[in-house]
Amino acid sequence: MKPFTYERATSTAQAAARAASVPGAKFVAGGTNLLDLMKIEIETPAHLIDVNGLDLAKIEPTPDGGLRVGALVRNTDLAADARVRRDYPVLARALLAGASPQLRNRATTAGNLLQRTRCPYFYDPDQPCNKREPGSGCAALAGYRRMHAIVGTSDACIAAHPSDMAVAMRVLDAQVETIRADGTTRSLPLADLHRLPGSTPHLETTLDAGELVTAVVLPPPPGGVHVYRKVRDRASYAFALVSVALVRQADGSGRVALGGVAPKPWRSEEAERALASDPQAVVDGLLKDARTSPDNAFKLTLARRTLDAAIADARSSR
Amino acid sequence: MNESDAIDPSRRDALVFGRDLLLGGAAARWAGPSPAQAATANDPQAPVTVKLTLRVNGTAKSLALDTRTTLLDALREHLHLTGTKKGCDHGQCGACTVIAGGRRINACLSLAVMHDGDEITTIEGLGAPGHLHPMQAAFVRHDAYQCGYCTPGQICSSVAMLEELRRGIPSHAGADVAAAPTATPDELRERMSGNICRCGAYSNIIDAIGEVAGVRT
Ligand SMILES: Cc1cc2nc3c(=O)[nH]c(=O)nc-3n(C[C@H](O)[C@H](O)[C@H](O)COP(=O)(O)OP(=O)(O)OC[C@H]3O[C@@H](n4cnc5c(N)ncnc54)[C@H](O)[C@@H]3O)c2cc1C
Ligand code: SF4
Ligand code: FES
Ligand code: FES
Repeated sequence: MKPFTYERATSTAQAAARAASVPGAKFVAGGTNLLDLMKIEIETPAHLIDVNGLDLAKIEPTPDGGLRVGALVRNTDLAADARVRRDYPVLARALLAGASPQLRNRATTAGNLLQRTRCPYFYDPDQPCNKREPGSGCAALAGYRRMHAIVGTSDACIAAHPSDMAVAMRVLDAQVETIRADGTTRSLPLADLHRLPGSTPHLETTLDAGELVTAVVLPPPPGGVHVYRKVRDRASYAFALVSVALVRQADGSGRVALGGVAPKPWRSEEAERALASDPQAVVDGLLKDARTSPDNAFKLTLARRTLDAAIADARSSR
Repeated sequence: MNESDAIDPSRRDALVFGRDLLLGGAAARWAGPSPAQAATANDPQAPVTVKLTLRVNGTAKSLALDTRTTLLDALREHLHLTGTKKGCDHGQCGACTVIAGGRRINACLSLAVMHDGDEITTIEGLGAPGHLHPMQAAFVRHDAYQCGYCTPGQICSSVAMLEELRRGIPSHAGADVAAAPTATPDELRERMSGNICRCGAYSNIIDAIGEVAGVRT
């Protein structure tokens, strides 16, 4: 690990200003992703701004009947919140399907959204990787890519986004609230937070330098039956091969987002209009531009079957 | 810079440790206390040392550590509490599980400096020969290990896990996420999935935990 200086943030505005002005500064929240990457020197911040002391650990109702989740709410606490379990069970389920209890006790809402890919070549400094080292190439394209994305990818990068929580938040139409280095705040749809790789896979989000995520806002509960179905190589403590977040209404209509298949939570509001009449058409729409290799072509079939299984779960739980 | 400026571990605000202070930069004007020992101003790659206090197993321990020191290395290498084990050092095995502020965490993925003032319980704090914690005694009774390397993590994890269950924290094993969880064998297994046992002593581990939880496994 490279040496770094350390400070505790005292206010959100100060944290954002410092992060933009101190060379090589990064925020640390739970540290479960950042420290992992610092140990192998894939992340080499010269300065850490510890945001844990900030007053961002609350879950509060919003005036319109939604919920504002502070950036520092731990994954365990979000999954355990009675309102989340009752009104947004897809989110509680997605959180509980991720990582391990120990990790969820530290991992935060913002850190989870901003965690980096688990592409094994990204983790291996001896391999070319456009995300780690722009312009160096992509080892995965010529390598083993069973875990990699099949849609939203580019010739520069085929990494998948690993978060379960983000897939559920996408299906819930979450908004991300931030504060920027100049002290201004904004709110953006979660759908717009993550970038597709294109020719610049090292640019992963639309956040500005120093921009601090302060909260994720859930709109009023969408009703319906919620399912989060995750398929992985072992029953627990493993990343998704494919996951489905489903909110299904009594008439069979609803919303679907996929995890494990793309560089960001993957949803198409247009494709999901077919949910009641022809669920497979939803997957067709979501994966219509898929580019697979023999290693990961199984994800096409797995996505179909996982959506089928999620719909069956939703039907049987009413 | 005044070396004797003690850093009050109870102060959660306005602590800056680093080169900026030596440089008299913005951070020095913005924040108060001094670093225990800072890197030389012209070498951005020099180690940075900070003073902090950990309350480990009920005793306050003051340390001066490189900022890079993980909580795990602080416990093992600096406080010589070697009960907590380093398996993977990457959050993947649970051997380093300790209880920090009442919650089980992976000590390998947390910086010691982030725990300044925190209450940490390690396997040494749960019990010792002669006065074992009930979970330690159950592990012995059920022969819940082979090499024993994962055992301290399994025990710290299971003690905190039963407390999580008692507090009603749900898990992936529950059929209805809104319902209060109950201790079932499936629940115990899922909740212990963050602790890997290379020897595969799982069946005895779950029996030991089940006995303490009052569940037939
Ligand atoms: C073995 C293992 C298995 C895992 N399995 C899963 C899994 O199955 N599913 C899953 O979803 N996840 C999984 N994870 C990942 C885990 O969920 C993330 O590591 C965690 O959510 C990151 O949160 P954190 O608070 O620790 O982030 P940190 O490591 O503190 O930060 C991550 C990034 O976010 C930035 N950041 C943090 N807070 C803010 C903020 N407020 N504003 C702006 N930027 C910020 C940091 O600068 C950093 O770049 C696993 C991790 C491990 C180690
Ligand atoms: S897929 Fe992306 S992250 Fe993986 S090696 Fe290629 S460029 Fe790097
Ligand atoms: S040593 Fe910390 S999880 Fe393996
Ligand atoms: S007893 Fe050997 S690793 Fe568990």
